[in-house]
Amino acid sequence: MIELEGLTKRFGTKTAVDHLSFRVRPGVVTGFLGPNGAGKSTTMRMMLDLDNPTSGTVRIDGKHYRDLAEPLKYIGALLDAKAMHGGRSAYNNLLCLAQSNRIPEARVGEVLDLVGLTPVAKKKSKGFSLGMGQRLGIASALLGDPEILMFDEPVNGLDPEGIHWIRNLMKALAAEGRTIFVSSHLMSEMALTADHLIVIGQGKLLADTSMADFIQQNSRSFVRLRSPQQERLRDVLHGNGFIVVEAGNGTLEVDGATTEKLGELAAENGVVLHELSAQRASLEEAFMQMTAGAVEYHAHGTDVHGAQAPGPRWGPPPGSDSDPHAPTSEGA
Amino acid sequence: MAAASAVLQSEWTKIRTVSSTVWTLASALLVTVAMSAALCALFKSTFDDLSEVEQATFDPTFASFSGMILGQLAMVVFGVLVVGTEYSSGMIRTSLAAVPQRATFLFSKIAVAGVLALVVGLATSFLSFFLGQALLGEHRTTLGADNVLRAVVGGGLYMGLIAIFSMGVATMLRSSMLSLGILVPFFFLISQILSAVPKAKEVAKYFPDQAGSKIMQVVPDAMGQEKAPYGPWGGLGIMLIWVAASLLGGYLVLKKRDA
Repeated sequence: MIELEGLTKRFGTKTAVDHLSFRVRPGVVTGFLGPNGAGKSTTMRMMLDLDNPTSGTVRIDGKHYRDLAEPLKYIGALLDAKAMHGGRSAYNNLLCLAQSNRIPEARVGEVLDLVGLTPVAKKKSKGFSLGMGQRLGIASALLGDPEILMFDEPVNGLDPEGIHWIRNLMKALAAEGRTIFVSSHLMSEMALTADHLIVIGQGKLLADTSMADFIQQNSRSFVRLRSPQQERLRDVLHGNGFIVVEAGNGTLEVDGATTEKLGELAAENGVVLHELSAQRASLEEAFMQMTAGAVEYHAHGTDVHGAQAPGPRWGPPPGSDSDPHAPTSEGA
Repeated sequence: MAAASAVLQSEWTKIRTVSSTVWTLASALLVTVAMSAALCALFKSTFDDLSEVEQATFDPTFASFSGMILGQLAMVVFGVLVVGTEYSSGMIRTSLAAVPQRATFLFSKIAVAGVLALVVGLATSFLSFFLGQALLGEHRTTLGADNVLRAVVGGGLYMGLIAIFSMGVATMLRSSMLSLGILVPFFFLISQILSAVPKAKEVAKYFPDQAGSKIMQVVPDAMGQEKAPYGPWGGLGIMLIWVAASLLGGYLVLKKRDA
């Protein structure tokens, strides 16, 4: 269990983290979501007592991090992949950490095996690719067999197989009753791994909800209809109390209705339908809506619908099949 | 609290598993011994060209340490890299997550690296002394002569303390490049130049290297040097104050600032 209470971090006049209070519970994967520069990494660094909070506290199982005798046995963290001495071998980098927390040396071989780095255990870590560095960081997090694990953007730099592996690893660790806290700026990634969601924007808490509730509340579901008798269809729908939105290209959208109900209604009134489909707005869209007012870095000049709140420009556009896991650098 | 013995063991593993440890300490030893030997051989062959005062106050012990002016720079590099690579590699965040107690972390690291530097420093000064005396021929002294053992042990202490001082500075500055950029010119140029400039040399006498090196002299005003207002142990004490100040500064920076 990790508890944050009124956690605040100011750098000069800029407030990076603003009175953040939430709990990370055991047994589930908690996703920590926010656009770049939202304060995710700063929050995680404060959780590990690397950065000093301006105010507020973080407690790990009721204790301050600095009071943990052998912290790697309580909490393991992957912050940035390259936080190792490049001139030292992967094995020796982990050995230094193990010894400082009185973790038996045999465990170093075990975690290297677990992350698949045994063949390069004796190689200097500066020759590692981003993906290998990420695996080494994950190995260091697992070293003390901790009850709490924290991963900052763990899929960055991993290939599809690696991404699949880390997702399953996190789920398996949570199933063992551990506390898993994982940050990402990609909603699509969170949707696949997290059971609980904490969303922040500009350092402020925007949502603290279960994944199921988030999907329920934030993804608008509607029915799309297309008909050669559009005017007649519209009249029929209006007549039955449905609110109809014209979506262009001759399609109509109806909120709060089922396809069954609307199909039967069309049949009763003899309206020909060319399309009748249930639609769901993507979670990515819902996330963008939620954080639209709290995005640190807007891309300018790409938004043609200037009247609406400018959407954040990270991740793939809704419905795009492009790789959503392209490495993205995270602002401090 | 993290067990200090476990952290010491971890820091020892850190120091013995990077190649910079070996090459910096080996350079400190080899450069000092080789350059001292060469200068001792030169003294012997040109002894008759020295002035009478210089001949009368010739300090064979100090002469056999003349290579330290260059060798100490390798010690500076060793001290800076021990701390600086934690910052340049980002390892500092991993290290502090493992050992969040700042004092335990820093002083374990400095204890391990400091003891190693002192051991190498002592080996360097004894080797330099014996080789130097062998090459000085009839002008040599022996370990049994007055104050010579103190000077030879002092030479080792001096080398070790220079390294520890550099560790403190690197912890304050949190960067290898910045620390080397300040310390190397300081010890190699600024301190040497200022000690030859009137007025400025009154201040330079209290610099860590100027004060600390007095412990290595058997003849206090050898080779026409001016007398210092403190004795050999007083000089070492001044150097120790500098070392303590740099460690305290480093600790405060580590404690207060975000990693």
